[in-house]
Amino acid sequence: MSVAEAELAGTSHAPGIAALHPRRRRLSTRLLRSELRIIAGRRRNQAGLLVLAAVPIVMAIAVKMSTPRAGEGPDFLSSITSNGLFVPLAALSVEMAMFLPLAMSMLSGDAIAGEANLGTLRYLLTVPVNRTRLLLVKFASLCIGAVWGIAAVALPGAAIGIALFGTGPLTTLSGSQIGFGAAVWRLVLVILYLAAGLAGLAAVGLFISTLTEVPIAAAIALMVFTILSWILDSVPQLGWLHPWLLVDHWLAFGDLLRDPMAGGEIGRGLLTAAGYAVVFWLAAWARFAGKDITS
Amino acid sequence: MTQLTAEGEQAAPVGRASDVPSPAAPSPARAAVPDASLAIATHGLTKRFGSQVAVNDVDLRVPHGAVYGFLGPNGSGKTTTIRMLLGLIEPTAGSRSLLGMAIPQQATIALHRVGSLVEGPAFHPYLSGRANLERLDAADVLADPRTTRVRIGTALERVGLTAAAGKRYRAYSLGMRQRLAIAAALLAPRDLLVLDEPTNGLDPQGTREVRSLIGSLASDGTTVFVSSHLLAEVEQICSHLGVMRDGRLVAQGTASEVRGGGTVSLHLVTAQPEEAAAVLTALGVQSVIADVGEVRGIPGELEPEAIVAALVRAGVGVRSFTASSPSLEDLFVSLTGEGFDVSG
Repeated sequence: MSVAEAELAGTSHAPGIAALHPRRRRLSTRLLRSELRIIAGRRRNQAGLLVLAAVPIVMAIAVKMSTPRAGEGPDFLSSITSNGLFVPLAALSVEMAMFLPLAMSMLSGDAIAGEANLGTLRYLLTVPVNRTRLLLVKFASLCIGAVWGIAAVALPGAAIGIALFGTGPLTTLSGSQIGFGAAVWRLVLVILYLAAGLAGLAAVGLFISTLTEVPIAAAIALMVFTILSWILDSVPQLGWLHPWLLVDHWLAFGDLLRDPMAGGEIGRGLLTAAGYAVVFWLAAWARFAGKDITS
Repeated sequence: MTQLTAEGEQAAPVGRASDVPSPAAPSPARAAVPDASLAIATHGLTKRFGSQVAVNDVDLRVPHGAVYGFLGPNGSGKTTTIRMLLGLIEPTAGSRSLLGMAIPQQATIALHRVGSLVEGPAFHPYLSGRANLERLDAADVLADPRTTRVRIGTALERVGLTAAAGKRYRAYSLGMRQRLAIAAALLAPRDLLVLDEPTNGLDPQGTREVRSLIGSLASDGTTVFVSSHLLAEVEQICSHLGVMRDGRLVAQGTASEVRGGGTVSLHLVTAQPEEAAAVLTALGVQSVIADVGEVRGIPGELEPEAIVAALVRAGVGVRSFTASSPSLEDLFVSLTGEGFDVSG
């Protein structure tokens, strides 16, 4: 019996059902949308977004209440009073160190390990969802989660900054002044650049998530990875390693606020993030594609 | 009974010989072509975890339209077999096909027509029952989003969960969770249902409902593969049986074939057990045991009528005479070994 005959015979047992479901292979975003609904609907994630959003608000109010003393504070913080858009920039530079990576850790821990822990992974795979597709959808949802997290810092930050300090011309790090519209555009570029950095981190998290069935363990492992990266980045003797570290490039977003924009470091940052994303997504795939699902 | 307990090689042909006339069976290339005449077919399916063999050379043959009871004690390899069927676990050796399609090569098309319940329900606790079903439907590329609402409503209705559909899953009782899992298996029109312990956690009423649900699905032509360690629930609904022990399939066939494999035994109640035992032994009844007021034995080929006639001729008063096949429970114990010890 040939394979063709076998298939013919197989469908002949249920002709009605076979006719109802012709073999459609269209690109569907339903699973991605469902994934985003789950991420957005989870209380813990909503609370996390509130914490992320609270930081720029606290910073802005603190600066507004204090009497400015010249020559103190980090770059952005002292510039806040001149233009409200410096509030989200200052908050982002603070939160990229720990808070935003922590948010990515929680999300990526949920991605595969969380589903395995609940047991929902086996039911997704028997729906069936192709494993490669599942990893692609999970990674896409993490990338969108990264944009959400950064927007949760930047948008409330911009709102309260503009409310408290106005929308005057923005003095770039090079000393020149640009108009408000151009400044908003720069802020959008910063958001996208940092989201790319977090996406690289999310790929690492996705890989870790395929190694365990305990979501919190995956989350902690990604935080350890992040903290180790920062530590290595702070050791001058390891200078040769720094360009290979994901976190080393993150604070280069200040280059987007120069006039004209300095692209070199930004480009290297994007390349590094893309490299991490590709390498670790492939590692996750290599691990997950043939894995026995016993959860 | 001994010939059945011995080994799978002896028992398995019970089903192969008469039940399933399969064109692929005599073929020497036993792993090459998926057998389209069977809803589930495995060939030499084997899974090792390290040094332990969880499933050992299992040849399942589940014909279309059957309600197949997959029996075995805890730890006998039932769930591992089911996970291999559904493509969750890769076998160490052997092949498997669902609805005539090889797994995992054609899993996307095959599994869409298979509803499954594997090792208990699992859903997102903070989503409602309905939202959980919507998520599973969203994951299915072959499902039509226009009919999602109707299909979910029908599935919830069938398992009696409509009233609780809006509640969060975490608030569900075990029985409601089990019902939701069955609803998920019924989300799309299915040709095959693979149900692992479907009545776990259900009260007697719920167990009966699931049984009648399986019955009505089967009468619609759906093949149902039910694993269970509870014999009573399987005994009433299954047309076919397969029995696992220590990772091996030790018996398989139609329910009557598997049960017929058990030896008939006789039970005689009489006031003269000694005389009765002598008559029975003279007739050629094996393993005759005389007790106070009763005699047991294995009549073999002897007709019950002939035995009773001989007893009466010899002047033995017969108060009660029973020649019976073993109950499924006796058979199960004889096939899988007694006791509560978990295999391996």
